[in-house]
Amino acid sequence: MVTSHPAAPPRVVVVTGVSRFLGARVAARLAADERVERVVGLDPLEPPPTLAGLLGGVELVRADARAASAAIAELGAEAVVHLAVTGAPDPQHGGRAAMKEQNVIGTMQLIAAAQAAPRLRKLVVRSSTAAYGASFRDPAVFTEDTEPRAVPRGAFARDILDIEGYVRGFRRRRPEVIATVLRFAPLISSTADTSLTRYFAQPLVPTVWGRDARLQFVHVDDALEVLHRSVVADHPGTFNVAGAGVLTLSQAVRRAGRIALPLLEGTLSATAAVARHAGVGQIGLDQLDLFVHGRVVDTTRLVREFGFAPRTTAEAFQDFITGHANGSSLTADRLAAAERAILDGIRKVRASVGGEHA
Amino acid sequence: MSQEEYRSAMPGHAEFQLPAEGPPRRVNGVPPVPHATGSAPRRDAVDVWDERIAGGLAFLRRRLAGAYEVDDFGFDSDLTDSVFYPMLRVLYRDWFRTEVHGIEHVPDSGGGLMVGNHSGTLALDAVMLSVALRDRHPRERFLRLLGADLVFRVPVLSELARKAGATVACNPDAERLMSSGELVGVFPEGFKGIGKKYADRYKLQRFGRGGFVSAALRTGTPIIPVAIVGAEEIYPMLADLKPLARLLGMPYFPVTPTFPWLGPLGLVPLPSKWLIQFCPPIPTGHLTEFADDPMVVYNLADQVRETIQTTLYALLEKRPDPFGP
Repeated sequence: MVTSHPAAPPRVVVVTGVSRFLGARVAARLAADERVERVVGLDPLEPPPTLAGLLGGVELVRADARAASAAIAELGAEAVVHLAVTGAPDPQHGGRAAMKEQNVIGTMQLIAAAQAAPRLRKLVVRSSTAAYGASFRDPAVFTEDTEPRAVPRGAFARDILDIEGYVRGFRRRRPEVIATVLRFAPLISSTADTSLTRYFAQPLVPTVWGRDARLQFVHVDDALEVLHRSVVADHPGTFNVAGAGVLTLSQAVRRAGRIALPLLEGTLSATAAVARHAGVGQIGLDQLDLFVHGRVVDTTRLVREFGFAPRTTAEAFQDFITGHANGSSLTADRLAAAERAILDGIRKVRASVGGEHA
Repeated sequence: MSQEEYRSAMPGHAEFQLPAEGPPRRVNGVPPVPHATGSAPRRDAVDVWDERIAGGLAFLRRRLAGAYEVDDFGFDSDLTDSVFYPMLRVLYRDWFRTEVHGIEHVPDSGGGLMVGNHSGTLALDAVMLSVALRDRHPRERFLRLLGADLVFRVPVLSELARKAGATVACNPDAERLMSSGELVGVFPEGFKGIGKKYADRYKLQRFGRGGFVSAALRTGTPIIPVAIVGAEEIYPMLADLKPLARLLGMPYFPVTPTFPWLGPLGLVPLPSKWLIQFCPPIPTGHLTEFADDPMVVYNLADQVRETIQTTLYALLEKRPDPFGP
């Protein structure tokens, strides 16, 4: 059997979750890379028409994770990129039960298939900084080695811990396969549509009274770059992927020109549940914990290993603001104009009063 | 008889003039009443007010637009310098008449670990120490305090603490701050220190296992012991209602001469006289490999504790009357 050089990019890449925003883009970008001969997209769902245009060079296999197991070995996949990880339950596609089915059972089956694939050289798994959980006693900045203090109460965070557990088992059983786990901060860009971008796009943004969580974002383009690099080059290990720097929740709301609406911490879960039922928002316990505790990660390892620094959190958020300018009321320009008007007004009044005295 | 007539009536003394006044000196850390000096032209009053209004409006605009920087720990230097410190300075200067000694022992740059004695029911000593460093240090350095997790559990307080540069007392945070060249403030006595009775004032409590020492050793950061006199008298704790404290989830429930009898008025601290003494730094660069050796860590923690205790006694000799000038 002819084996390719270890440092060479894999020739056959299987990407899961191509019916979704990130998966479709990663697959399209891999297909455009000449070094990769064949890109196969696995997804139980048909990609929506908006994404189908991207997937020109990608072979699509409509199969759930169980059926996909056979496909991975048959195709002779050299790399598997697992992106079929859902951050929030989708009420139109089965809600939380389907989300758990996809995240946990799907990953388990996919990793079992990958383990049995003889030609596999590389496994890239999308994870999240939610893996660090949320607690008052947490250090301010998480490194990849920080263990969560307690099992998180958010559904997504618990799924992430399970997913990483399967990858740990895989690493033990197939030590020769390069496994890369990427813990992404919340993705943001001018066009991305996630529960967090929808949250910041509202004109009136609910926040937590007496708390000001520290947030980090990563720009979608930088996330794609990191994913692409981890497929075509060898970067074994677990990496935090986030933009350097921090925005506090109140600061982010102000920069977006929105108005914050602080709610009491005790009423948050109930409010979120009511909003969910009313169909207003999809804010789950994961987001609530994020807004109470905040989450900041250290990206030193990523920058050193990949030789690539994602744009800063502030820059990534600025890109989001430019894409969502129409809902903002307190923009920086308006504030600057108000400042000038007030200052001029005071000067005029003072001048006239001073003039009378003189 | 007017001055003029009096002077002309005294032969030989007509040209007598009072000696010129010396430059104003700081008395007990309190700046003297500004003297109107004839030589320096006074600035136009209108301009001063115009500047102040413009500055205030610019600050307000910056805050409302979110145009300020926050570091990884949530430290908001803009807010701290413009709002927190001006308010705290009133307490520091006019209420506690704080005197600072040995500021030259605090390094001009690079990391440092300030270890202080903790007292006073509410942790005002930590806050006053950070005001002292910002005001009296030639480089106007910020102090990054390490707080108990209780501080970060309480709404509002947690937000204020993070914005003022504090973070949870844990080794990863302490090491990260020190290795990025920040001055870190730690009070190893914790609640045992601030929650002790007035009868035990200025007796240092146990220092725990000395986790702060191993953090300093691992990063090779010098340890600067700090003795703070004055905080013990601000809320003299006569009794601790333990059952009530347990009910409210607090480490202690203080009874002072004014609290809870006077309600919110009981929160006004008594105007004791404060002295802060920085001791010579203890270098740790040569001990980095002993960071995990419990005996080295314990002995060093003990040395720091002894230094603070002796300095406290020396300072108390200098201040016979707790409420003196």
